[in-house]
Amino acid sequence: MPPVRIRERGRAKKGTMKRLLKQLFKLYPWHLVLVLVCLVFNVFGNISSSIFVSLTTNALVASGEMTYAGTPVNPFVDTYDVVSTFGFTMHTNITSLLIILGCIYFVGIFASWGWNRTMAIVTQSFMNDFRKRMFDHMQDLPIKYFDTHAHGSIMSLYTNDIDTIRQFISQALPSLIQTGLVSIFVFFIMLSTSVWMTLVIVVGFFIMMGVVKGVGGKSSKYFIKQQAALGKVEGDIEESIQGLKVIKVFTHEEKSCEEFDKLNDELRHYATNANIHGNIMMPVMGNIGNFLYILCGIMGALIFAFGWKNLSLSGYAPITNLDQFAGMIALFLMMSRMFANNVNQFSQQLIFIVMGMAGASRCLDLMDEKPETDDGYVYLCNVKYNEDGTFEETEEHTRDYAWKHQHKNGELEYKPLKGDIVLDQVDFSYDGNRLVLEDVSIYAHPGQKIAFVGATGAGKTTITNLINRFYDIADGKIRYDGININKIKKADLRKSLGIVLQDVNLFTGTVMDNIRYGRLDATDEECIKAAKIANAHDFITRLPEGYNTMLSGDGANLSQGQRQLLSIARAAVADAPVMILDEATSSIDTRTEKLVQQGTDQLMEGRTVFVIAHRLSTVQNSNAIMVLDHGHIIERGTHDDLIAQKGVYYNLYTGAFELE
Amino acid sequence: MIENIKLILKSVRQYKKPALITPLFMVGEAGMECAMPFIMGMFVDGIKVITTPNDFFASGPNGIPVFYLALILLGMAIVSLLCGIYGGKFASIASVGLAANLRSDLYKKLTSFSFENIDRFSASSLVTRMTTDINNVQMAFQMMIRIVVRAPLMLIFSAVMTFVGGGLMGFIFIGLIPIVSFGLFLIIKHAMAVFTKVFKRYDKLNESIQENVSGIRVVKSYVREDFEKDKFNNASDSITTEFVKGEKIVALNNPLLNTAIHVSNLLIIGLGSYIIYTTGTYTKWVDSETGKEVGDFIGGQLTIGQMSALITYGIQILMSLMMISMIMVMITLSIESIKRIAEVLKEEPTIENPENPIFEVANGDVDFNNVNFKYKKNSERNALNNINIHIKSGQFVGILGSTGSGKTSVINLISRLYDVTEGEVLVADHNVKEYDLETLRNNVAVVLQKNVLFSGTIESNLKWGNLNATEDEMWKACRIAQAEEIVRAKPELLQSRVEQGGANFSGGQKQRLCIARAILKNPKIMILDDSTSAVDTKTDRLIRKGLKEDLPNMTKIVIAQRISSIEDADQIIIMDNGQINAIGTHEELLKSNKIYQEVYYTQNRVGGDK
Repeated sequence: MPPVRIRERGRAKKGTMKRLLKQLFKLYPWHLVLVLVCLVFNVFGNISSSIFVSLTTNALVASGEMTYAGTPVNPFVDTYDVVSTFGFTMHTNITSLLIILGCIYFVGIFASWGWNRTMAIVTQSFMNDFRKRMFDHMQDLPIKYFDTHAHGSIMSLYTNDIDTIRQFISQALPSLIQTGLVSIFVFFIMLSTSVWMTLVIVVGFFIMMGVVKGVGGKSSKYFIKQQAALGKVEGDIEESIQGLKVIKVFTHEEKSCEEFDKLNDELRHYATNANIHGNIMMPVMGNIGNFLYILCGIMGALIFAFGWKNLSLSGYAPITNLDQFAGMIALFLMMSRMFANNVNQFSQQLIFIVMGMAGASRCLDLMDEKPETDDGYVYLCNVKYNEDGTFEETEEHTRDYAWKHQHKNGELEYKPLKGDIVLDQVDFSYDGNRLVLEDVSIYAHPGQKIAFVGATGAGKTTITNLINRFYDIADGKIRYDGININKIKKADLRKSLGIVLQDVNLFTGTVMDNIRYGRLDATDEECIKAAKIANAHDFITRLPEGYNTMLSGDGANLSQGQRQLLSIARAAVADAPVMILDEATSSIDTRTEKLVQQGTDQLMEGRTVFVIAHRLSTVQNSNAIMVLDHGHIIERGTHDDLIAQKGVYYNLYTGAFELE
Repeated sequence: MIENIKLILKSVRQYKKPALITPLFMVGEAGMECAMPFIMGMFVDGIKVITTPNDFFASGPNGIPVFYLALILLGMAIVSLLCGIYGGKFASIASVGLAANLRSDLYKKLTSFSFENIDRFSASSLVTRMTTDINNVQMAFQMMIRIVVRAPLMLIFSAVMTFVGGGLMGFIFIGLIPIVSFGLFLIIKHAMAVFTKVFKRYDKLNESIQENVSGIRVVKSYVREDFEKDKFNNASDSITTEFVKGEKIVALNNPLLNTAIHVSNLLIIGLGSYIIYTTGTYTKWVDSETGKEVGDFIGGQLTIGQMSALITYGIQILMSLMMISMIMVMITLSIESIKRIAEVLKEEPTIENPENPIFEVANGDVDFNNVNFKYKKNSERNALNNINIHIKSGQFVGILGSTGSGKTSVINLISRLYDVTEGEVLVADHNVKEYDLETLRNNVAVVLQKNVLFSGTIESNLKWGNLNATEDEMWKACRIAQAEEIVRAKPELLQSRVEQGGANFSGGQKQRLCIARAILKNPKIMILDDSTSAVDTKTDRLIRKGLKEDLPNMTKIVIAQRISSIEDADQIIIMDNGQINAIGTHEELLKSNKIYQEVYYTQNRVGGDK
């Protein structure tokens, strides 16, 4: 097998953000526009709140002034001129101001609900779409991908990485937009008050960014170390739990605890530091905001005290209306706090952006993997033989098959499937360098049982991987009933091969569902019949709910032997014309194995079978036994031939060699 | 539930101090946060009347010079900063510490488990408990000590301030707080109901992905890609519908808070202005300190300054409500985790050391007297029925039987990995329950069916058998177990690395190293549970020969599939369906026992010359 790659925990690839946002926009353009519009109204509502508070105060004071000056005014009933903090004059009263504000609020609240709800829908729908696309694509990837990537890492894409993307879209993205909008609004108001004071804020903003980078950088340094330590602790936990019984048997409890505590303490150290740096970000940022507030106030006071000319959007001039400017300073200071809070909130989201991008990058890597290609044009079909020996295609499940050859001119040619499989001088390499199989030729005639024997890594399983095109050969030819297997549609090729592997994989569902996996339209009776062939019927009926017993966690409640029996039953119900048994009975005791063999021999009568087995008793009755060594066939013949040869097989059989 | 939380909090131990200090710092930070708007108001009022540089130091409208106010604010910001930093620091130390202690406690608990305890938990669920669940507890605990004091405190403080500063206006909040709380409560309750359900299904979905990843060869062999895609798409779609349902409820959170803040603002401004206008009189006067003319409503129940402060406190009140609701969510989310952790912590080991145990095993005699055994108390069928076996010290005993016949169950009782249900098991004429567990297990070495090596070196693995084993002893054990050549073939000999689970050794190599590890214990009884299945017959024979010649007094009990592994045993026990079918020597059984004959002829069916 090629080397397995462990998950890299690196940074995101360039352009990840762009790709992700592009996908998002392509799928939900109108939703996102709606979100943006709602956000604008929401932010506007929040900001106008402070402006209207100052307007109301001004109106109240103005009414007092007028009453004091001799023209009594009821600020709730009469309308009169109110000078705003920004210098413009409004003919209004408190009641109408409150009504306007109420309307703005109403729109704001509605907008807030609008974007929160829309964003929730967009996020979940996008995640659903993303997950489905990823799974879809994964199913189409060649076996090589699964052989070269640690399964834990692939799983991590669906659990951790997808979750980071979700956080990015649902939290960081709206926060990013909101911060941007608030900054624009606030900045505009601040500039129209005083450029000098705004400068203080701008400087402060850069200091804040510096802090984010500094503290954030240290935090992520510890975070990476924490993840490494966590990996070690998790590894130890897994190993200890898997080997818990061994620990008990060797009374190694104390020593194991000691070793674990060492790793655990290392994790505690890094996790504490990573956590501290995360925690202090908020108070540091918040108080920079406070410092800025004080500095801006003093700056405003200095403008007063020294009578400096003020630069603002309305021009560069000395302050004429002191009261008005005082109001503006108060408003400015309020804005500066709002601004600082926003930057602070955004800094909390940064980690989600970084993590989300790293996660998205890994998910996109999977989606960029090239799927399995299939240029086949020969199809498999069931056929029904007529009395005169001719046959015709049929939809029903007969036990006879034919290859359907679709010629370019539209002509259909049928060729009965016999199960004649020929490997002709096949070379193969997993990595393109080291040949795993060299010059391998095998002739399996219809109805023959061909066995492969050899050490681990000799290439037995590789041969079966080539026959069903999990991998493609480097050189040579593989012919199935005389047809080059490259011309056969992959799905049809595989349907014609029933494969039982040593490692049994079962799926969540009932026992019956798992057997029916072999052929989805099989009836219950057919499944039970298959279970009987595999000698699995006995133990299944003894399960609490028989065939309806739910299996979960890969059939964890069954023994390895029972799982192998189920796997054979699954292949039996598929009833493929050619069968490959790869160490299919390795965990079944010899007595039961004999019964299973009788069943399968009967099922496969007249059909081609490939057998790989460690136990030589399993392969003794084969038509031909191939002894493989380092990718070469070194001996071939029947059991009796090979014993007579007194070669490697003979030594294996007499126990002089060990199969490793 | 309270009981579970208490149990978990016991693990705080040496981190009690930081855990208790954290809230204090948070109180400090909260105090500053509440007081600052107050001072800031005075600061702004002071700035408004400044006209000359000297005014910085003159006592302004509040009697305190602006310069001092700036200094006070600066001081408060620094105090708040320090409180924030130290609060964050101690919170991290305490919560991460608690998590580390919990992990360590769980680990210790696991190692105290008997096999029966171990069987009750699936390995993957134990891993989840020690990783994800503990992580949830860590986060919830951190939230607790940081916010659980702070948020209510801010709430109370701000509420009080609204009354102090705003008089009757405070009632606005007395009215709003319960309404908002109730709204938040409803949102959380409904959302949690949806999410707890959907999270379980989400886990299931991930399980099915896991099945597809590890079973991809099956999927592709049976050309079930489209079938699996459809299955997955349906599951994913239906989960999404549920998720959206939940998220839509959560999406009400922000608008609710916005509404509360906005309504309170409108009420404060409207009612406030009205109170100011109706109860106060607008007058103008010349400030004695600054010599400036000022105008304001005075003599009323509220001033304009107080009204602005009310708005700030209002926002703080609602923010603290929000935080409290957040903690509630965190705690609810972690309750399931707490339950799962507590479940392990509460599990009592079913096998424990007896009082006044025996610390010596005299010899290798083993006797089973009328033993019945079942794995679970409530299971109907006995796993073992009426077992009677008598083994003398130094004997070689073989056990044969088909899968599930009870071979492993028998030998598990000898070293008390499980306790008998009825009858008794004796080792050296004492009931196994009388021995010190460690003594017993050190004298009864079991090489389990599932051979596991641990990451480290060959030496570190061998030393599991005997911590003080010398190099010579290790080599000798390897020689007996026919593992010497394996070690010799590695460039670093005994120091060669062993990867997790022993992944860099083949099945047969692992088995031989495991036997060597057991030999190093120098036990009175050695049990090999199908431990040479991947070893070739010749090596298998050599191992048995080594054990016989080098350790003649040790009782050897061997479970095997291959007849050749046990044919020269002193007695062979045939197990069938939880019962002893026959006991005898190879010759006897070959003559009289049907099962034995069947197995023998299967394994030797086509002559060969052996």
